[in-house]
Amino acid sequence: MGNLNPIQILVDTVSVGGLYALTALGLGLIFSVMRLANFAHAELVTCAAYAVFALSGQPVAVAIVASVGTAMVLALATERLAFRPLRSADQTTMLIASFAVSMFIQKLLIFTVGSRPKPVDPLPILAQPIAIAGAQVSLLKLATILACIACLGALTYLLRRTSIGLHMRAAAEDFTMAQLVGVRANSVILAAFVLSGFLAAVVALLFVAQTGFVHPRLGVQIVLVGFVATVIGGLGSLPGAAAGGFLVGALATLLQALLPAELRPFREAFLFLIVILVLLFRPNGLWPAPGLKERV
Amino acid sequence: MTAYAAAPHAIRPAERLSEIWRRSATLLVLIAAIALLALLAGQADAVLQRRVIFCLVNLVAVVGLYIFMGNSGVLNFSVVGFMAIGAYTSALLSMPAAMKGTFLPDLPLWLGAMQVPHMLALLTAGVVPALIALLVGFPIMRLSGIGAAIATLSLLFIAYIVLGNWDSLTGGQGSLMGLQTYVKLPVAAAVAGGAVAVAFWFQETRWGIALRASREDEVAARASGIRIPRVRLIAFVLGAFVAGVAGALFAHFQGTLRVENFYLDLTFLLMTMLVVGGSRSLTGAVAGTFAISLVTELLRQTEVGVTLPGAAVTLQTPAGLGDVALAGVMLVIILFRPNGISGGREIDEMWRRRAGRKHRKLPEERNA
Repeated sequence: MGNLNPIQILVDTVSVGGLYALTALGLGLIFSVMRLANFAHAELVTCAAYAVFALSGQPVAVAIVASVGTAMVLALATERLAFRPLRSADQTTMLIASFAVSMFIQKLLIFTVGSRPKPVDPLPILAQPIAIAGAQVSLLKLATILACIACLGALTYLLRRTSIGLHMRAAAEDFTMAQLVGVRANSVILAAFVLSGFLAAVVALLFVAQTGFVHPRLGVQIVLVGFVATVIGGLGSLPGAAAGGFLVGALATLLQALLPAELRPFREAFLFLIVILVLLFRPNGLWPAPGLKERV
Repeated sequence: MTAYAAAPHAIRPAERLSEIWRRSATLLVLIAAIALLALLAGQADAVLQRRVIFCLVNLVAVVGLYIFMGNSGVLNFSVVGFMAIGAYTSALLSMPAAMKGTFLPDLPLWLGAMQVPHMLALLTAGVVPALIALLVGFPIMRLSGIGAAIATLSLLFIAYIVLGNWDSLTGGQGSLMGLQTYVKLPVAAAVAGGAVAVAFWFQETRWGIALRASREDEVAARASGIRIPRVRLIAFVLGAFVAGVAGALFAHFQGTLRVENFYLDLTFLLMTMLVVGGSRSLTGAVAGTFAISLVTELLRQTEVGVTLPGAAVTLQTPAGLGDVALAGVMLVIILFRPNGISGGREIDEMWRRRAGRKHRKLPEERNA
């Protein structure tokens, strides 16, 4: 990068951070209702990306619908087959289970399509740069920012203004209590998985458009950073997850721009170091969720 | 030995001795199993021998994972990172200076000229990760559940990124070649037996018992005066030591070293071995390693192609199916037998159950 134009940095930060925020929100939705740190979210992203790849000759709209559908169906399938039977298990077992689900889908994908990266360019019209106040900004980054804002807005509306949103917030605060006052566990959890599938597909689409490649470990890369964001923001807190995403995006961009060249390859190591530090000083994140403390 | 410290009732000397014997049965059987495996493999062809050595090296790593994760019940993703550190430590210490000049021309001079005996390098490969674990574990051990999982996962990534990019020290993403491959059957079996013995010793000490108490009920353990971060740290450091040794064995078994090998795939393999066997007992760690090694070997055979005796056709599964099946096995075990093959019991506990004698109730039975 090297270019320290403030608008350039701002656009980079928000477009990178937006992707992380959406990923973190997908993880955070599941965590808040189930206390499950869902590693398999990575494969939702990957499979959605492969759906785009598989339909790359078709109209863009078809590819988008297919990728959203793929991620949602996969999210529901993992819930039904793997996570529902473990709903009453402890966090550690669920975490290991989600690791296993993630590996299972990833290996299945490698088995069926191979591990080599494949080029794909779903949105070629967005490639050209435009100039804003002296900075060269690609249309794609602006589209990413707009898509992120739209998703955040829609999600906020859903959670604040609809009854299922109310149920989800209630379940996030105290699942048992919510059940006692008539919230249906299944519908809340399924809604969370559908939404996280949707968010995964959006992330996949934007990420693939930015990088131009699909490969079976694509999701892992981005979801791991998403985890960082949820932890920094506060596990189980959705505003925290979104804020954490943008914060991580900002950190990544700033580290890239400010670190001396010889330390730049270690950029992500610094990111993970920050996670550990946050966990040490604020174990529940910077914006902790209410009701997270385990009761004795 | 403080083996009887777990027994709450008053113990007469004779009873105490037989209790020690009974508990030691687990260790004896496990060591005997390792020795038997090594002896049998000694008669087999070179290919199968390599598989068995690989299994034993994995066993050392799984035991390293078990010492912390099994006893504390806290997830630990960092073991493979410590393995990598151990592997590079041993490689850098034991490579001939000329070799280092070729592969790592930018090494600091003192390190480039150094070459120590293998056993010393192996020991150092345990000590260096243990020291790092002591340093980073000190604060991390206060965390439980998801927090600990994310923190140890972060440690793995940091190790991976740092080793993968520190070109002057590790050669970065490239391979480090030409390590002496001194890890044959006897070495692998001896170290595996030693690792099992260390793990057994640890879980019989008062720290091990305190740590398992904290696994069963963190609040009750703390209320009983157990300093959880401290006992966790002891296990974390010991586990890192064993993992580092496993990493060094890995390096000197393969002869080449790549950072890529010490990442999520290996983490998943080790975790599968431990969970399938039953992460709550040392017996489980050993049983799981053997079982998964057997399954992977059988799957590899089918990928090469097997002709069943009497059948005219050759059975052949496409390449890559083995990895899928491995993850599938893991999932099935978690869903249907979350305590693994061993059910989280040691061998002596299984015997006592079978004999139907009265014995102290295990916590997991109380919940069942």
